[in-house]
Amino acid sequence: MQLTPIVLWSDALLFALIAICIFYARQAARHAHLRAPWARVRRNAAGLASATVLIPFVLIGVLDSVHYRPLLEAKAGSATARYSVEVKSLLDVVAGAALGKMIGKSEKTYSAPLATHAFSKETIDIPGSGGARQVREYPRLVAGGAHLKDPVHDWGRDVGVNALRGVVLGAVVWLALAFVLLAMAQPAPHHRLAASWRAVWAGETETPWRAVLLTLLAICIAGALAVTLGSRYHLLGTDKVGQDVFYLSLKSIRTGLLIGTLTTLVMLPLGVLLGITAGYFRGWVDDLIQYIYTTLNSVPGVLLIAASVLMMQVYIDTHPQLFQTAVERADFRLLALCFILGVTSWTGLCRLLRGEALKLRELEYVQAAQAFGVSRFRIIVRHLLPNVMHLVIISAVMDFSGMVLTEAVLSYVGVGVDPTMTSFGSMINAARLEMSREPMVWWSLAAAFFFMFTLVLAANLFADAVRDAFDPRLVVKRPRLNLIRVKAR
Amino acid sequence: MNAPAEPKMMADIALRVTGLHTCIDASAGVVRPLDGVDLEIRKGETFAIVGESGCGKSMTALSIMRLLPEAAWIESGSVRLDAQNILTLPEYAMRNVRGARIGMIFQEPGTSLNPVLTCGEQIVEVLERHNIAQGAAAQARALEWMQRVGIPDPERRLTEYPFQLSGGMKQRVMIALALSAEPDVLIADEPTTALDVTIQAQILDLLDQLQRERGMAILLITHDLGVVARMAHRVALMYAAEIVEVGPRTAFFTDPQHPYAKKLFASLPGAAKRGEKLATIQGLVPPLHVGFTGCRFADRCDVVHARCRSEAPGWTETGAGHQARCHLLEQGGPDPVYLKQALAEEPHPEPVAEARRPETLGTQGFLAIRELKVHFPIRKGVLKRTVGQVKAVDGVSFDIAPGRTLALVGESGCGKTTAGKGLLQLIPVTGGSIRFEGQELTALKGEALRRTRAATQIVFQDPFASLNPRMRVGDIIAEGMGSFGIGSAGAERDARVSELLEQVGLGGDTRYKYPHEFSGGQRQRIAIARALAVNPKLIVCDEPTSALDVSVQAQILNLLKDLQQRLGVSYLFITHNIGVVEYLAHDVAVMYLGRIVEAGTAEEVLNTPRHPYTQALLSAVPRISASGGALVGIDAIKVGSELPSPANPPQGCHFHPRCPHAVDACRAAYPVEVAVSDTHRVRCILVK
Repeated sequence: MQLTPIVLWSDALLFALIAICIFYARQAARHAHLRAPWARVRRNAAGLASATVLIPFVLIGVLDSVHYRPLLEAKAGSATARYSVEVKSLLDVVAGAALGKMIGKSEKTYSAPLATHAFSKETIDIPGSGGARQVREYPRLVAGGAHLKDPVHDWGRDVGVNALRGVVLGAVVWLALAFVLLAMAQPAPHHRLAASWRAVWAGETETPWRAVLLTLLAICIAGALAVTLGSRYHLLGTDKVGQDVFYLSLKSIRTGLLIGTLTTLVMLPLGVLLGITAGYFRGWVDDLIQYIYTTLNSVPGVLLIAASVLMMQVYIDTHPQLFQTAVERADFRLLALCFILGVTSWTGLCRLLRGEALKLRELEYVQAAQAFGVSRFRIIVRHLLPNVMHLVIISAVMDFSGMVLTEAVLSYVGVGVDPTMTSFGSMINAARLEMSREPMVWWSLAAAFFFMFTLVLAANLFADAVRDAFDPRLVVKRPRLNLIRVKAR
Repeated sequence: MNAPAEPKMMADIALRVTGLHTCIDASAGVVRPLDGVDLEIRKGETFAIVGESGCGKSMTALSIMRLLPEAAWIESGSVRLDAQNILTLPEYAMRNVRGARIGMIFQEPGTSLNPVLTCGEQIVEVLERHNIAQGAAAQARALEWMQRVGIPDPERRLTEYPFQLSGGMKQRVMIALALSAEPDVLIADEPTTALDVTIQAQILDLLDQLQRERGMAILLITHDLGVVARMAHRVALMYAAEIVEVGPRTAFFTDPQHPYAKKLFASLPGAAKRGEKLATIQGLVPPLHVGFTGCRFADRCDVVHARCRSEAPGWTETGAGHQARCHLLEQGGPDPVYLKQALAEEPHPEPVAEARRPETLGTQGFLAIRELKVHFPIRKGVLKRTVGQVKAVDGVSFDIAPGRTLALVGESGCGKTTAGKGLLQLIPVTGGSIRFEGQELTALKGEALRRTRAATQIVFQDPFASLNPRMRVGDIIAEGMGSFGIGSAGAERDARVSELLEQVGLGGDTRYKYPHEFSGGQRQRIAIARALAVNPKLIVCDEPTSALDVSVQAQILNLLKDLQQRLGVSYLFITHNIGVVEYLAHDVAVMYLGRIVEAGTAEEVLNTPRHPYTQALLSAVPRISASGGALVGIDAIKVGSELPSPANPPQGCHFHPRCPHAVDACRAAYPVEVAVSDTHRVRCILVK
């Protein structure tokens, strides 16, 4: 065995969540009433384009969730295989293949994006005839631009050539993907690829393929640039300890995704169960649940989270034997954070579902079920739950981006994820000092901002599309000019 | 009150609509809810548009006002007010037309008034907007209008908010609002559909009186042929986006020409059709996004012939101002006698034998309800202490014999639905006894109660809310069987579901569909099949047809009657539709404010009502007489104001504040029950 797979708790939960999504998708494919709103999402250009943006994020997050410990080279005389304490993920392998030497602790300290020299001067010994001479200058980077013989002269041309190569490579990959997609989807009948292309570019297809393909083109080119430039230079520079910021940003995606999704996993059962129970049973049950969430809502959220996280940290510190590796410890803290965030954020959904259940319980089909002597549990499961699921889906998708942002805020304040875990929040936290030094180091913050902004914007646009499709009260109107066209007679 | 007078100036056209085509961009394609509508409304005339839901009545009103939804647009046509085509006006000029030249009142008075402005502010806003009066003068005008629409204590009402007014009062304010700028044309879109019959009579009288005073034209849109008979001078019948027949009221009611019109009249339930099956119209209204080549009614017409499918019929004049679109009426077409014969033969279906009539009302042993009380506590304050009781049902007693139908009638809020649900134990009963087949239902709890539920079932009013949209039809019907363990799961239940669906006139293969794929009438059939699935002996029908169109109502009533004969189920039929009561009920109980004021066989109560409330209720229902006018409503007995709150009922006889015959003794105590005959009981001190 060259490696031993490690399944962290958060990995297991993430895969469980993916399994739930697949199960739901299969259910939805079979039932017309579940399929219909998703078909409406599919017709929404902004929603579909943002889903296209979300897919690479999710892929990176999933790749980063397959963990293993590589085998250490066996010491002479030792019979048992020993595995490294450093846990790696599939993303490290993929990124290692694509970005080469850039990942890992390759540089000493700060360097600007695409730089060949370090950001600050160092005292360097130059061995010469008259003994070692000490010079203060910008040293060459170990990995970034190492292939250039004469960086000052060649740099501009090399970056240009590689950027061009990236664009061409991206376009080629995109063409191949587009052909495969269109051959599979066949927006025009009779397998006529040419007709499909024409229909797509005229915007005549029912699914807005044009928006999808344009988004895909942007993603392909960005990805190809990341490979062609990123394998030769530090695409987004390096941080204080010389880590590649682009790679850190990729690693942060998993943290954001996990916080966004696992919190939902904690929040949903609480919100759904308590909300429906309160609305259906009313009386003292309702009073009790309302009291609980009103009280919970009155405690300042950050205070509660900070207290809980600090308590959790004490527990982690006092029980080191529970964790074999640093990654496991960080993972436990991440889970704890998800749990705490979930426990503090179910109240909104609960209140929403309580109101809906209060309304639904008076509906005649629920009364008809009562007249049939159907048990309360079955009424909740068969009559109430399926009819509030659209609200649950809307709120789960809309809460996702909020959670990603909350994580950044909490990590910035210092009560977020473990300091050893890369996250957008800790990148921003580090940037606090970098922004105040002279000359300013801006790329950490810019990278975190760019990635988080893209993720959250795409998630928000997608959430909007989902809400439009699922909310029966919103009638999607196609805009039409010249509302009144009258032929005067 | 007299029948509406014919307008004097016949040539004076207030509003002329020609060739109006309106389109809606819907997901199915471009729907054409108006496809070439022509109409003329003369000054001082009430022009009624009738038709079933979805035929384009309301779209006509909205197109005239240019208040169409965003996805809709007017494709062609003209709407001429005097000589001006208002469809070509820019929007800012149109705003001066709305309100000032054409007023509009809507169906739901509760949602057409702004809840955060007082009634006075809303009227003053209209007056000031159209420069009729400003400031104090506008206030005075508003007060004057409140008086003209018959609102008592208008000074106080001006400063009140809409929620402080009752439904009828709100509709009066809405009328004042619509008329305050003195428009030439008033569009009334189902103005009384949301109101009770006694209030409806008042509002219709008010409209009639205001029309006389002001000589304005009214475009009345309604689905209720009784209201048309009461109000209209001329009538247009709409079907699938076009007008198919137009004519003077008398001619329209006495001698309808179009086969659709004839069928509609034949499907109206009433006393005369007792024991017969009601005529029904086969099929459904065609979807409006497909093109039509021939007559739009061809697929549902009994006298259809080849030409109907290839050529759209034009207008044929059959009398003075009476026109219809039908090939059968044309010169050189098939002999009109053929049409008359074909229609005359068909609507007399096989007479149905009266259901087994077991003895009298007093049959004990099946269902006997004694002094049933359902009270809802009114809680107030921090500790939610009970400060009072809403006595929704306050001592109701009645019996239902096997295989018979008891109709429970009354205005909304009188407690009839609560009584039905109390009977089924869907809401907790405060007191009294419900004995069903010798078993006291109120004493049962938990599992014992659950087991008895199979024998009594319910069919609800709204077919769209009574079926779970997330379940298949087969699962909906099988749910009760599963709950009571009727039949073994699997093949046996599947067979039973198919059988039930066939029984209510739907194919067995509909079981795999979801409720949204069905029309209102079909959904109501599913609801009936669901109730029948557990072999009930009594079905509570809570206004099962009031959300349905006339032709669909006829199908459901036929089905209910047919099932009663075949299966011998009893019905407790809760309704406010007197026509349905006359057609279906064996016995009638009239409820007022939580109590039954009169009960007896259908003949006794409907033909010789003794209680003043029953008399007022029956006389307020506008109905069609043989001569084409409204039979009643002309001499309707006026009852004062509106239903008092059941939280605070009047002292003594609950009806005395509204009763035209009230004497001092009425205020003293609630009248005891007087037996007029073996079966006829009345609670009124005037009845001896």
